[in-house]
Amino acid sequence: MSSPRVGVLYSRVRVEEKLLFEAFERRGVTIDLLDDSTLVFDIADVRQHPYQHFDVIVERCINHSRALYSLKILNDQGVKTVNTALVADICGNKLMTTSALAATGVPQPKALVAYTPESALAAIESLGYPVVLKPTVGSWGRLLSKVNDRDAAESILEHKETLGSYHHSIFYIQEYVNKPGRDIRAFQIGSDTICAIYRNSPNWITNTARGGRSENCPVTPELADLCTRAARACGGGMVALDLFEDPDRGLLVNEVNYTMEFRNSIAPTGVDIPERMVDFCLRVAREGWDAANGFPPGTSAHLATISLADGASA
Amino acid sequence: MALPTATGTTPCPECFADITLTDVMQHELTQCPGCGAELEVIGLAPLTLALAPQEEEDWGE
Repeated sequence: MSSPRVGVLYSRVRVEEKLLFEAFERRGVTIDLLDDSTLVFDIADVRQHPYQHFDVIVERCINHSRALYSLKILNDQGVKTVNTALVADICGNKLMTTSALAATGVPQPKALVAYTPESALAAIESLGYPVVLKPTVGSWGRLLSKVNDRDAAESILEHKETLGSYHHSIFYIQEYVNKPGRDIRAFQIGSDTICAIYRNSPNWITNTARGGRSENCPVTPELADLCTRAARACGGGMVALDLFEDPDRGLLVNEVNYTMEFRNSIAPTGVDIPERMVDFCLRVAREGWDAANGFPPGTSAHLATISLADGASA
Repeated sequence: MALPTATGTTPCPECFADITLTDVMQHELTQCPGCGAELEVIGLAPLTLALAPQEEEDWGE
């Protein structure tokens, strides 16, 4: 079979993108770069569009909104993408992720959603302090608030309602999990949990983007099973899962990320993550999404409609 | 066909120190070794740097 035509939708070239480009090049696969700052989609006419010749387009945008809308347009035009619009829609929004995980019984921290400061305060007090307030859309630990008492809760809720854009008035309230100075970042590609790291930090926010120190975490059968179930609940694909170790409940899935960053995880795990990502993308190109994920044929067909709900705002 | 890259020396737009770059791509992010500014390659011929854009609310993974 001839080499598949691969496009990469991107915003900036970070370490991850360069590693991916090099991995494709080692396979002899030529990639076309699609700069999201210059794209114009004709979304009213799907008879002819410039992306039909791609066997797969790999999404590596920095903006969630650009990624989500581009994937939606491409998928509606019949273009295979990694990940899909469905995965981006679920994983790019914490509310959507929590709801999808809950629907399939994946263990996770308690989370409440409220729409007014008054109902949010009642929700916080029903969970008990401390709690964590999170924007439904966002990454890298940005704008997370650990709320330790009622005074802080009232102040933060007022600030969010007054100063934030409209989706900051959708209050996502998560219980604070007293994790043991670390959490787990696991990498799922299709049906395989390929590796994981511990992110150690004295801070309650453990993202490596915020200074968390990484070390290898063995992929136990329990971890692999949970990650596989969680990824499948979110539509499959290539995702990075953040998990807490709760002393009483065991592993809890905190977040699922769909444009995963992996630069700090290759060395401690010894796993060539970009190579595994390329394997998956080429399998999607050749065999389709369901086969690459190990789903029964036709699994994804009924999942075509997505919400594009809150969070796609710029 | 390999992706287009550039190698050369160009000034930091923040502190004007010369920065030597090797095999960089359009939109590649880098950091000035002198002043620490986050920079983005905005041109390959000639090799040109600009301050990297500020993080936006929906940036992330």
